[in-house]
Amino acid sequence: MLDEALPRSAPEGVGIGRAGLLAGVRAGFPFAIAACILSISFGVVAQDIGMSKAAAIIMSTIVFAGSAQFAAVAIVGGGGAIGAAIVAAALMNSRFLAMSIALAPSLPGGPLWRALQGQTTVDASWAIASRGDGTFDRALLFGSTAIQYVFWVGGTVIGAFGGGALGDTDRFGLDAVYPAFFAGLLIQELHDRRSRFVAGAGGLIALVLVPIAPAGVPILAASLAALAGLTRQARADTAAMLRKEHGS
Amino acid sequence: MSGTVQLIAGCAIVTFLIKAAGPVALGGRDLPIAFRSVIMVLAPALFAALVVTQTLTEGKHIAIGPQTAGVAAGALVAWRTGSIVGCVVAAAVVTALLRAL
Repeated sequence: MLDEALPRSAPEGVGIGRAGLLAGVRAGFPFAIAACILSISFGVVAQDIGMSKAAAIIMSTIVFAGSAQFAAVAIVGGGGAIGAAIVAAALMNSRFLAMSIALAPSLPGGPLWRALQGQTTVDASWAIASRGDGTFDRALLFGSTAIQYVFWVGGTVIGAFGGGALGDTDRFGLDAVYPAFFAGLLIQELHDRRSRFVAGAGGLIALVLVPIAPAGVPILAASLAALAGLTRQARADTAAMLRKEHGS
Repeated sequence: MSGTVQLIAGCAIVTFLIKAAGPVALGGRDLPIAFRSVIMVLAPALFAALVVTQTLTEGKHIAIGPQTAGVAAGALVAWRTGSIVGCVVAAAVVTALLRAL
């Protein structure tokens, strides 16, 4: 009975409003600024390893995955094989597999349209769009990713042409921006014993795996902690929450 | 130069496939409560892993640095005030100040 099917959270045909998209753009703006600074340094680093300005900009435009781009470029710059760099990028992005699975029920339409909507999965937008009840607000997702995309590509252009005018961006403390954002969101999520347990377990799994697993894998592996949601009590709590949500 | 083309195309393709996999395989249909129950606690698991890997590690080593203290300061702000913006600003400022010392 607990496993009875749920009504789809985002039925087909439900459009996304302009207001929602704009709210997403606003929510994504601080991360767009941070992404811009990061991608300025990407534009510089990519040229340091011998990529052309155009190649750096094209990479940001069609890959649009910061940590994967840095990882791939670092491997090639260190004399590694192209294949190894692509594998490193894939592993770095593996967390998006967990995030895109979570998003799936909230993305309507045919397979191709869903695949395209899935491309908007980036860390900050996923977090912003999460309603906390296992569903996601598509408009917030699209809006916040759109502004981050524009700034990510724009920053790469600035970095490619402006060179290293900013110098070492770490001195601005910007490397603390993303972890601090996730720490802030995490604190908001720790509202009951189950979420505190899952956070502790996830953090521990990641920490233990960092020295032995390729970069990116510890984060995907940490998502296994979410299997704590499968306990009888957890499913009963979810079912109760959904009954309340549907007002019956 | 063809190496660059392969690198960019390869990274673009794997990123596309990873982000498409979930919505293509599981989207557009009803999923059981157990699925929703797991997704509800996926955020704390992933956020904790992102925080840990970005503040307590340096490459493959466990290490603390100025950003560790910065993020701790940000977390304190988030906990006391509930402000995410305050959290991020405090983290960047504390990290930058410690690096300037």
